[in-house]
Amino acid sequence: MTQKRKNRLLQGNEASAEGALAAGCRFFAGYPITPSTEIAEILSERLPQLGGKFIQMEDEIASIGAVIGASAAGIKAMTATSGPGFSLMQENIGYASMGEVPCVIVNVQRGGPSTGLPTKAHQGDMMQARWGTHGDHSVIALCPSSVRECYELTVEAFNLSEQYRLPVIVLLDEIVGHMREKVEIPDFSEIVLYQRRKPNCPPAEYKHYGPGTSFLAPLASFGEGYRFIVESLTHDENGFATNRPDEIAAKMQRLKDKIELNREKLIKVHEEECAGAGIVVFAYGSTARSALQAVRDARREGIRVGFFRPMIIWPFPEEPMKKAMHDAQVVIVPELNQGQMRREVERLNPGRVKVTGVEQVDGEMMVPQRILDEIRGANRTLFKG
Amino acid sequence: MGIIQTKPFHPVVYDYLRKNKIFPSVWCEGCSIGIIFAALMRAIYRIQIPKDDIVMVSGIGCSSRAPIYADFCAMHTTHGRALTFATGIKLAKPHLHPIVMTGDGDCLAIGGNHFIHAARRNIDMTVIMVNNNIYGMTGGQYSPTTPANKFSATSPYGNVEHPFDPCELAKGCGASFVARGTSYAATELDKLIGRALQKKGFAFVEVVSHCHTLYGRFNKMPSAVEMLKWERDHSVNVAKATKLSPEEMKDKFVTGVLQDRDIPEYTEVYEQVIDRARKRYAEDHATAADRGE
Repeated sequence: MTQKRKNRLLQGNEASAEGALAAGCRFFAGYPITPSTEIAEILSERLPQLGGKFIQMEDEIASIGAVIGASAAGIKAMTATSGPGFSLMQENIGYASMGEVPCVIVNVQRGGPSTGLPTKAHQGDMMQARWGTHGDHSVIALCPSSVRECYELTVEAFNLSEQYRLPVIVLLDEIVGHMREKVEIPDFSEIVLYQRRKPNCPPAEYKHYGPGTSFLAPLASFGEGYRFIVESLTHDENGFATNRPDEIAAKMQRLKDKIELNREKLIKVHEEECAGAGIVVFAYGSTARSALQAVRDARREGIRVGFFRPMIIWPFPEEPMKKAMHDAQVVIVPELNQGQMRREVERLNPGRVKVTGVEQVDGEMMVPQRILDEIRGANRTLFKG
Repeated sequence: MGIIQTKPFHPVVYDYLRKNKIFPSVWCEGCSIGIIFAALMRAIYRIQIPKDDIVMVSGIGCSSRAPIYADFCAMHTTHGRALTFATGIKLAKPHLHPIVMTGDGDCLAIGGNHFIHAARRNIDMTVIMVNNNIYGMTGGQYSPTTPANKFSATSPYGNVEHPFDPCELAKGCGASFVARGTSYAATELDKLIGRALQKKGFAFVEVVSHCHTLYGRFNKMPSAVEMLKWERDHSVNVAKATKLSPEEMKDKFVTGVLQDRDIPEYTEVYEQVIDRARKRYAEDHATAADRGE
C-alpha cells in the first residue's frame, strides 16, 4: 500500500529530523543543546523504528566524531547542534573535509558569542560555517527560511554531501527551528536521493582519493574489501601522508575544485523582480520572511524593489547575485548579526552600488517594518539624487 | 627499491603489512611501538579475525601512526578523538571490529573524556594504549603518565604533576576487560592482546613501553635496551603481586589481566532497542489503520 502525501503541522527542527530520515539518514550522534535539542529527541525515537542508530555522546566533539565514523562505515549520518556545540565541532568538521567523508551538521543558530542567548535567535554563525575550521577547505551550507524548507534542504544536504564527499551544514536559526507551519510531507518513495557510488575495481587498484580531480569518484566503505585509509594528514591519492609539494598542492586544489568547478550546479536561490529594480534586498533564513513582506509592501507603494534569497549560502551565489544587483543602486542586507553576509555582497559590488546593512543582535526577530523603512529611505535618496 | 631488502619481519607480521606502503616507518630505531604492533598482528593472526572486519582507528602521536602500516581499513583521525570515531563505526556496523591504537597523551589527556565514556558505555572495541610516559612526536613534553619529578621538554625542573594509573581509571569506568603488559614481555603481550580482541565489550590494554629517544634521554636512560631492562625489572605479574608486601611493591607495577567481566555490550543492547521500537511502531500503525487514518 502506497502512502499518500500527508499534511502535517511541524516545527522547523521536527521537519529537519523528518527530512534526514527521508534522505536515508540512519545514524545520529549528538549532545543536548538549546535550541536544537528537539532534533535529537525526535531521532532517538524515530531512528530505531527504521533500524537506525541514535547515540548521545559525551560532548559535541565526540558527536561529530561518531557521525564521521558511521559515515565512513557506509551509513548516512547527521548531528545537530547550536553555536557553542558548533564551535566544538570545528576541528572534526575539518577532518571530514580533509578525509572527504560525507556528513550533515544542522546548526540551529542562537545568540552568541560564548553561551550567549540559548533561547533567542541570531544569524551569527554564517562565517563560522564557512571558515570555522582551520585551513583552506571546501564546504557547502544551506539556509532554510520555512519549515517546509527545513525538510527539503536537509534532504538536499545529504544528497550534496554524498555527491561531493564533504561536510554539509544546514543553518537554521532559532526562529526557523522553533516555528510551526503546515508542511506537505511526501512519501519516502517520491524523494530523489543521491546514492553513494560504490567502486567495482579490484581492491588493489582502488584509490580512496583519486584519481586527480574526479572527486565524484566511487567511495568505498569500511568492511567491503577495500582496505583504504581515511587520513587527517595532507595525503596523496592512496591516503598516505605526504610532504611532497606537488602532492600537497594537488590535494588542496582538489578540495577547492570540488566547489569551484561546480559553482553553477550549487546555485539555489529565490529571486523576485530584481531585473530593473533600483533597490534589491538580500536576505536569508528567518530574516528573509520579514524581508519578503517588506519588499512586497514596498512594491504596492510603487517602489521598484527586488528580492534575492540564497538557499545554498556557501558557496556564495556570486554570479546570480551580480546579475540580481545589475540594475540596482542600493542593496539592502538585513540580518541578525553585525554584517556578516553584507561583506560578501560588498565584495561583488562593481563600485556604483550602495550596500546597506540592517543589523539586529538583540535576540528578537527582525520585523518587516524596519526593512520597509530602509527601502523607503533608499527610494527617497534615489529620487533626490 | 628500498632500504629494507632483508627479511626484518616475522612472516606472520609481514602478511599483515599494507602492501603499497613504503617503509621504513616513522618510528625511531629501537622504538617499542614496532614490538607492540607485531604483537597485535600475531594476536590477530592467531584468532583469525578476517582482515576486512577490522578497522584500525587512531588519533595523533607516534603510536597513532600504526594503522597506516597494517593491511586493514584505517582511520587516522584528530588528536584524542579516535574512540569517538570508533564508537560511530561500531554502532553503525556492529560486525566490524574497531582496534584503537593510542598513546598516553592521546588517550588520557586530550582524549580523557572520550576514554572514560567509551569504557562506561562498554562498546565493543579493543584499545591498545602505548604508555611511553611522554609526548614523543612533538619532542618530549610531559604527559598525564609522566611520573612526578621526572624530566621532560616542558618539565625542566622535574614534573610537578602526578600520573594517572590508566588501568585503574579504565576499571573505575566499568571496562569489560583491563590488562597491562610491557614491550619487554612481547610474547605475553600477544596473549593479553589476544584475550582483549576476543572480549565482547570495551577491552583495554596498557602497554608499558619506552621512548628512549626522548623520555630516556631526559631521564638518564638513553638506550632502548636499558629501558627494556627497566620494564623487566619493575613489572610484577598480578598473581605474584598479591603475595608481595607494599614495601616490596614500591617502584613496581602490576602486569597481567586486571579486570575481566561479562557485562551487557552497547551495540547488542541497542539491537534490543531497535526490536522494541519496531514492534511499538508496527502496533501504533496497526491501530491507526484500524481507525482508518
